[in-house]
Amino acid sequence: MNIELRGISKRFGSVQANRNISLDIRASEVLGLLGENGAGKSTLMNVLSGLYQPDSGDILIDGTPVRFDGPGDSIAAGIGMVHQHFMLVPVFSVVENVILGVEPTGSADFLDLAAARDQVQAINARYGMDVPSDVLIEDLPVGIQQRVEILKVLFRSADVLILDEPTAVLTPQEVEAFFGIVRALRDAGKAIVFITHKLHEIIEIADKVSVLRQGEIVGGGVPSEFSEADLAEMMVGRPVSFSVGRGTATPGEDVLDLRDVTLVDASLEVRLHQIAMSVRAGEIVGIAGVQGNGQTELVEAITGLAPVASGQVMFAGTDITASSVRQRHCMGIAHIPEDRQKSGMVSAFTVAENMVLNSYYDDSVARGVQIDWHRAEEQAAAACLKFDVRTPSVFLDAGGLSGGNQQKMVVARELERGVRLVVASQPTRGVDVGSIEFIHKQLVACRDAGNAVLIISSELDEILDLSDRIYVMYEGQITAEFDNSSSQADRGAIGLAMAGANRTAAA
Amino acid sequence: MTRSSDTHGSPRNDGNQHNGSSHDGGNAVDSLRALLAPTIDTRGNLREIILIPLAAVFMALLIGALIMMATSVEPHIILRSFVAMADGSVGSLNAISETLTASIPLVLAGLGIGLAFRAGLFNIGAEGQMVVGGLMAAVVSFSVTGLPMALHLPLVLVSGLLVGGLYAAIAGFLRAATGAHEVISTIMLNLISIRLLDYLLRQPFIQKEGRSDPISKAVLETAELPRLLSFIDPNLRLHFGLFLMLGAVILIYWLLYRSKLGFAFRISGENPDAARYAGIRAGLTIVIAMAIAGGLAGLAGAAQVTGVLGRATPGFTAGIGFDAIAVALLGRSHPVGILLAGVLFGALEAGGRQMQVDAGVSIDMISIIQALIIIFVAAPLLVKRIMPFLFADRPKEDADHG
Repeated sequence: MNIELRGISKRFGSVQANRNISLDIRASEVLGLLGENGAGKSTLMNVLSGLYQPDSGDILIDGTPVRFDGPGDSIAAGIGMVHQHFMLVPVFSVVENVILGVEPTGSADFLDLAAARDQVQAINARYGMDVPSDVLIEDLPVGIQQRVEILKVLFRSADVLILDEPTAVLTPQEVEAFFGIVRALRDAGKAIVFITHKLHEIIEIADKVSVLRQGEIVGGGVPSEFSEADLAEMMVGRPVSFSVGRGTATPGEDVLDLRDVTLVDASLEVRLHQIAMSVRAGEIVGIAGVQGNGQTELVEAITGLAPVASGQVMFAGTDITASSVRQRHCMGIAHIPEDRQKSGMVSAFTVAENMVLNSYYDDSVARGVQIDWHRAEEQAAAACLKFDVRTPSVFLDAGGLSGGNQQKMVVARELERGVRLVVASQPTRGVDVGSIEFIHKQLVACRDAGNAVLIISSELDEILDLSDRIYVMYEGQITAEFDNSSSQADRGAIGLAMAGANRTAAA
Repeated sequence: MTRSSDTHGSPRNDGNQHNGSSHDGGNAVDSLRALLAPTIDTRGNLREIILIPLAAVFMALLIGALIMMATSVEPHIILRSFVAMADGSVGSLNAISETLTASIPLVLAGLGIGLAFRAGLFNIGAEGQMVVGGLMAAVVSFSVTGLPMALHLPLVLVSGLLVGGLYAAIAGFLRAATGAHEVISTIMLNLISIRLLDYLLRQPFIQKEGRSDPISKAVLETAELPRLLSFIDPNLRLHFGLFLMLGAVILIYWLLYRSKLGFAFRISGENPDAARYAGIRAGLTIVIAMAIAGGLAGLAGAAQVTGVLGRATPGFTAGIGFDAIAVALLGRSHPVGILLAGVLFGALEAGGRQMQVDAGVSIDMISIIQALIIIFVAAPLLVKRIMPFLFADRPKEDADHG
């Protein structure tokens, strides 16, 4: 099945989200759709999946114009969308999730689970997906859950699959396996739209690429004819540098020193086991690891959000194991939380309010029991300029900013005061390329100013790019340490450690 | 359904990105000025904040009329009842005095509920906090003797405030220490306070001498809130509580939007996770917010006892603590909104009494209208759907070159 989008335009209020977009989606082809957050990718795909009606332009399926009045129409036409955020019922099995809404029935309208299982397994085998049919979703790793989403659309006989940022939640190994499935689908004649902002993925998997910027197609073609730099420039509209260009580190004294820190969570499970690590002044240390191996707990132990069961957290020679979040904050520990929306900001507050979210009590903005909002607003405006937070006004709700601007706002808040240690957790998750570059530069500048920087990221590239030293976490332990200062550490070795290869060696 | 759930691609995000490039060009001073200039967006919000309650009141009155018609009340009676309502609420000096008098406890307790709500707490217990605060005020007002008014009255009011605050702090403490939800615990504390009142009113040190029914001794003259308009007519009941109410509005506004504590309340209310990450101690914040909320309700009870009733009787709070929830909701938990909503409810109360006298329509109709107002305010989309012309956007100048 081939789909042609012809001159699609969609406007929301005064914003032109899509302008005269034409795309060819062909069977047996992977079309990479590249664009920053807010470039109009999601709007375009929502038009294709029937959620939005275009203001003008046509959708043609095999040459025939069609009109989608709702998602049902588009599913019936054979278009399947795999969302970035999974839409699965955690306590249902794989088969139950796959058939939800289109349950096969036998005699007297009873659910025919056996037939369903057979069908699901047939699809499973055909594309080499290797998904167990009867396991509950909540017991499956994220990578497999994603395959269940793909099974769902295939079960509804989709010929066109739209994959929205599918690799955002996967480890490097899972990405490889996932690409295998995408190729199998393509070879079986499916048309695939692969939405991403990761350039190397486009080059690796896409047969064709189209680049969106500010609602328009600004270029495209065969990916192999472009370098990553070309694609990035097309996407952002200006040259983007990839290597952060960080000079050699000149590490000083230990700023952060964890001494055999063990952390036990509320359900008495050991989350961190005798972690011993340090971050020195003037150095960036990266924590690599597949999500859920204790990184979140490590950050909580350092920032004081969770008490440790044993061991000591030392900051600049002082024992801060018993200090509160605020005390540590005041000592100069900055924290960029891993989920800005959930814990790093208040969406309903203005940019100015968000800028003082954790310093409002400080003498820099407070006078006695009162907050000096004029001063806070002026400081916020200055910080917005310095950190390139693009908002028309500091009085607008932060929730209305794009992900990249929200993140820059959080980074600005954390770095714009005297800090000695920055704990940056997933500092560029869900952030556009331009903002990633900016945030990376800020972190390096922070290091060069003599501060200690700890970066926790599930993006191995980010860790390799920024870190002077790398620790690998696996199942709550630090299982390996790599030097990354003069020459880049061995990617393969880190990958193996992330998968648990060094576990026995370190334990 | 019409918006994508992820962070990019939703119309609003796109909008800010495009508009947001404003500080690319120009010099830094201009850019700073632009960032600090008041925004147009807030004007649209303000219009909605004012229009929705007004439309809600209008539609509630309309439905009230329809209900009366359905129960075969003569049209001219309906008309007369509305005239009486207007007359009884704003038609004379006495009517205005009654309206304001009725609004004092509503606004005070409503401020407490609104403040708690801003901090993410649903304080259903204003009624109970009024009961204990009012009762305490009554006890102090007749058992402490020999003080001049300048000392006695403040003592009475403060004791009502403190006891109401402590009573609410119990619910706050239970929430903070054990996770017991404040909705449940404040409802239970309401029940306890009402029975406690009945019980204590029969105790010899409280019960009026020579009475067998539960009624407290009378408030001493030195503890009475002075009437404000007695120089015109001694029957005008408006009392000094009016200034307590206005003072509380200003104080709570300052607390929420200017003080450090209020900012911590608002962070906790909007995003408890972000509050935790910002180093705000959740438990302490909950207890303090509940205590202030209860203090305001306690003050409302004290003002009612010392300004209007002159004694404590069973059920002296008359459900004001529950009406105050509606007032806080209608006022969108904003101090000024609560003031306006409280005065509106006071007017309905005073007007309703007149309606009953003049037109013979039951005062229950007022409760129905109040409830309808709340339903409409709680469902702004419904109001917009019914009266789209009120909210139609004027065409924007920049619509063609977005």
